[in-house]
Amino acid sequence: MIELQDLRKDFTVRVKAGRLRREKRVVTAVDGVSLRIDRGEMVGYIGPNGAGKSTTLKMLTGVLMPSAGEVSVCGLAPVPQRTRLALRIGVVFGQRSQLWWDLPLRESFALLRHIYRVPSADHEARLRRCRALLDLDAFLDTPVRQLSLGQRMRGELTAALLHGPEVLFLDEPTIGLDVVSKQAVRAFLAELGATGDVTLVLTTHDLADIERLCERLVVIDHGRVVHDGTIEALHERYGSRRTLVADLERPLPENFTLPGAVLTSVEAGRHRVTFALESAGAGAAVAGLVSAVGVRDLSLLEPDIEDVVARLYAGGGA
Amino acid sequence: MDRIDARVLTISRLRPFRSSATTFGVLIGSGFRRYSTYRQATIAGSFTNIVFGFLRCYVLLAVVAGTGTQRAAGYDAEQLATYVWVGQGLLAVIGLWGWTELAERIRTGDIAADLLRPVAPVPAYLAADLGRALHAMLTRFGPPLLAGAVFFPLHVPSRWQTVPLFLLSVVLAVVICFGCRYVVNATAYWLHDARGPIMLWTLGAGVLGGLYFPLRLLPEWMTVTLWLGTPMPSLLQAPLDVIAERDPPGLQAGLVGVQACWAVLALSLAALVQRRAERKLVVQGG
Repeated sequence: MIELQDLRKDFTVRVKAGRLRREKRVVTAVDGVSLRIDRGEMVGYIGPNGAGKSTTLKMLTGVLMPSAGEVSVCGLAPVPQRTRLALRIGVVFGQRSQLWWDLPLRESFALLRHIYRVPSADHEARLRRCRALLDLDAFLDTPVRQLSLGQRMRGELTAALLHGPEVLFLDEPTIGLDVVSKQAVRAFLAELGATGDVTLVLTTHDLADIERLCERLVVIDHGRVVHDGTIEALHERYGSRRTLVADLERPLPENFTLPGAVLTSVEAGRHRVTFALESAGAGAAVAGLVSAVGVRDLSLLEPDIEDVVARLYAGGGA
Repeated sequence: MDRIDARVLTISRLRPFRSSATTFGVLIGSGFRRYSTYRQATIAGSFTNIVFGFLRCYVLLAVVAGTGTQRAAGYDAEQLATYVWVGQGLLAVIGLWGWTELAERIRTGDIAADLLRPVAPVPAYLAADLGRALHAMLTRFGPPLLAGAVFFPLHVPSRWQTVPLFLLSVVLAVVICFGCRYVVNATAYWLHDARGPIMLWTLGAGVLGGLYFPLRLLPEWMTVTLWLGTPMPSLLQAPLDVIAERDPPGLQAGLVGVQACWAVLALSLAALVQRRAERKLVVQGG
């Protein structure tokens, strides 16, 4: 559905060098990205600020000309065939609007139906579903300029889907939204992805979006792909481990060791302990702890993706 | 819960022209609808047009009185009053000033949303502008003309073809003006901020378009050069000379002919600039 081969984008910037002199300097925003995304995949595309995420997305949607490399989306070349591609993709930019500022949503949607030449029945059916899932009815007749960010974003999502796109590109769709709106947007996208008909490419800084929606995670830094795979593979690669937190019956003895686990902290007069688990199963560690000191309460925590990604960004993708 | 239908559309290839025309028509409607939401601005604008109409009208009538021949630059007093008041009505219709929407969208990067639509930007913006002009014709054209007719004797067209020619001339003027404004705004693709070119345009269009004074007051060689060498006189001077019946029928129609050429040129230039811009386009912002 989407194929990138060694995609590059260089920008030329002029830098002040002396009183009047300006030096040209080439900045590489995307530095040889190769990817292949199949129909129905939901891919999270993440990276720190300035990593080249939005630049990639702009090249995929045809609004930015690549400096080098091959791109194909839905079998089309995005820039030369932009208007044809536009009929088959949907795009939501969290920080921009594709709605008409002065018009109510209802009229914006009607206008989009004509622009995309969608048959009336299809339009009605899709709009009905979006209205139900995204709760649009309360503000369908409000001009877009008076909508809250959360309401507008729900409008944007609808606008991007009314022509039944094969690929949906979302650039930070939950940016600035409150928790409830974020959940509404995520639930909607999860529902959409579950049909398997829509390919979804999502860039975000909110990793909860990714954990909730995407099986596949592509991490980009300094214009290069530094990870491409599942979230589990990322954890495995960076050695993130589950943690076991236990409240003990008796204080933990000095020099206590557990097989397959490393003690990371001791609190509350040696009554509360945290172990990082090295093996997949927690059974042996729990059993060891119960028999040695007795356990009043315990919990197992999944590795935190934020930590992994922070380490990934800080390490420059090493 | 219903699942979302996301199948590929099959677009009817039947009668593509008709469907293009429908899309164009709907876009015109959207332009009309967008401007109709600002009612207070419409009223305030009409009021300003009327106030300035009095100013301009008295100045030009004084010029006629000063010549001692009852004619100035080939217009009599009634023709000049018509020139002023129809001109005040047309200002908003042609949209000489104040359109910076495209430059703004380029500057903020919102232009990306326009490029992600399956319609080319120039026709889409043209349609919206025609809708805007239609709205202005229905709301902004009448009040100054009425004010002029109440306080001054106006020239009543005597030829049957004058009114249809005038309407055609106005449509062409709107198209030419749109093309010029588009090009001026599109400089933002290269400059990131089109305020300079827009200011130049505002000044140039007013002076050379025939708003501040009828261009016929200039020496003839200069008027002809301006008329044929720049699109400016085709913006306002041409429709006003048509309605004032300043020239014999042949030349009256000729003015509209010149406008038609400029309309084609202006739109072609806008399309060319847009194509060029897309090749080097940098959409602003992350």
